[in-house]
Amino acid sequence: MSEPPATAPDGDDAADGVIVTRALTKRYRGGQLAVDALDLTVPAGSVFGFLGPNGSGKTTTIRMLMGLIEPTSGTARVLGRPMPRGARAVLPRVGALIEGPALYGFLSGRDNLLRYDAADPTADPRTRRHRVAAALDRVGLTAAAGKKAKAYSLGMKQRLGLAAALLQPRKLLVLDEPTNGLDPQGMREIRTLVRELADDGTTVFVSSHLLDEIEQVCTHAAVMAQGRLITQGTVTDLAAGLRGRLVVTTPDTGDAARVLKENGVTDVVVAGDRVRGDAPEGELADLTAALVKAGVRVRGFGIERASLEDAFMALTGEGFDVAG
Amino acid sequence: MSRAETGTPVARTPSPLWSLGLLRSELATTFRRWRTLALLGVLAAVPVLVGIAVKIETGDGSPAGGGGGGEGPAFIAQVTNNGLFLVFTALAATLPFFLPMAVGVVAGDAIAGEANAGTLRYLLVAPAGRTRLLLTKYATTMVFCLAATLVVALSALAVGALLFPLGDLTTISGTRIGFAEGLGRALLIALAVAASLTGIAALGLFVSTLTNSGIAAMATTVGLLITVQILDQIPQLDALHPYLFSHYWLSFADLMREPVLWDDLTRNLGLQALYAAVFGSAAWARFTAKDINA
Repeated sequence: MSEPPATAPDGDDAADGVIVTRALTKRYRGGQLAVDALDLTVPAGSVFGFLGPNGSGKTTTIRMLMGLIEPTSGTARVLGRPMPRGARAVLPRVGALIEGPALYGFLSGRDNLLRYDAADPTADPRTRRHRVAAALDRVGLTAAAGKKAKAYSLGMKQRLGLAAALLQPRKLLVLDEPTNGLDPQGMREIRTLVRELADDGTTVFVSSHLLDEIEQVCTHAAVMAQGRLITQGTVTDLAAGLRGRLVVTTPDTGDAARVLKENGVTDVVVAGDRVRGDAPEGELADLTAALVKAGVRVRGFGIERASLEDAFMALTGEGFDVAG
Repeated sequence: MSRAETGTPVARTPSPLWSLGLLRSELATTFRRWRTLALLGVLAAVPVLVGIAVKIETGDGSPAGGGGGGEGPAFIAQVTNNGLFLVFTALAATLPFFLPMAVGVVAGDAIAGEANAGTLRYLLVAPAGRTRLLLTKYATTMVFCLAATLVVALSALAVGALLFPLGDLTTISGTRIGFAEGLGRALLIALAVAASLTGIAALGLFVSTLTNSGIAAMATTVGLLITVQILDQIPQLDALHPYLFSHYWLSFADLMREPVLWDDLTRNLGLQALYAAVFGSAAWARFTAKDINA
């Protein structure tokens, strides 16, 4: 646990990962194990999706990474320094949105940001107004900057919370459920923003219980369930571990299911006018020929791409929306 | 480093003075709260009510506080002769309850209110630093103690000057002092009253670190205040009295003696310092080790 000198260049102190946890564990008073021996490695420059149903320990992990709660055992290093001990050196280079935005309702959006910026002892007061204006502009809140925060909609509050995370150039951005309360347009904007930041070299750590929003932006992902890490790796690897499912759309589902089984398709499931199954190795066109020969009318035939949701189902054996 | 410089033209070499930004922000935030202004408004209204009551009461020429009307706050009998006495009367009237209640509300809300609103976690990841945030909160509460006391004193001075004559005044010891010295004594008394409130400010801050509910912390602090005031009235608990933070509060009247009687005044300051040290340390120990789940 030798600490790198304070003068180490920014890039070097996190060579082995921007976030590295070893056997990180949090047991709350009352004995509930919220996070159980977590070994997480977030590579520099990645957009890292941190997935899991509500109550799986994501937020507890994030709070430990940010030095808000003390781990029961294990270690967490952020930007190369141990947390929570290194908080003073680490946190000015980290922007965070934790469990939704929190604002002073009686202050305007701009004054909220001025206050959060003033709380950072490394923030230059001479550039404060300029940086606040730039952050407001980046999240599209310039027009509403003078309005009291209590008059903001949930989506506007979320944007203001994001702006607070962007007051300084950051090495790491931690976004806990960043698209909560946003409309589809807002979600798209967040995804664009995350991509821009990642292109600038910022490592982005996004937690979510919604899989599809993660899949679209992330390079890496980790999956949590009931306090345990189920898997982590690149999104491509996670999805590649699964074969696609064969889908046949047909009005003659009964015949289709029989023909498919005869031709080696396993785990055949009929739902509505669709028949799904795991296709055997070999030429898929042979299956269409068999279906046609048996007089099955086919409207559609194809392979459903494996999604992270399928990966999650395969790993946990349960639906994603089940609370832990 | 190349990236860090693209956004900001000025290189980031933090100055120790930047740490004071949080205190400035805290003061601005506290005094812009509607609740703070309402508390100060109530405190400013007390001297107005007392002044008008005395004026009406003495309209027929009889001296205030005399006769069968029972005892009013200290100095009330002299108000009709000299408006400056309204300052002393108003402070004596607000010190037992209104002033410490206002301080209890601000101190109790200090940490618990931020936790309740969720803003505490964002201040801490900014990172404000737990010790720095706690010191800032205590300093702000002390500034509020002084501001609240001055609001009462200045309101009383204005009302006193409007409704009653001003001029030389007689001390408790019977000697006469000039109006200028009287004003000086009034300022000293205001400072002594403000200092009397630092104990309950520390107590309120400690309570504030124990809960995530601002309302609960305020109610607990004000409840403790009332309890202590009651305990101070029970003769059987005589041995306990010198350790109750409110026991020497009215010692500020000794500043109106000639020469000034310092015994109880210094005992009061010592007791307030003791409360600040004990509950300040307890608040620090609690807050720096606490899991922030709000």
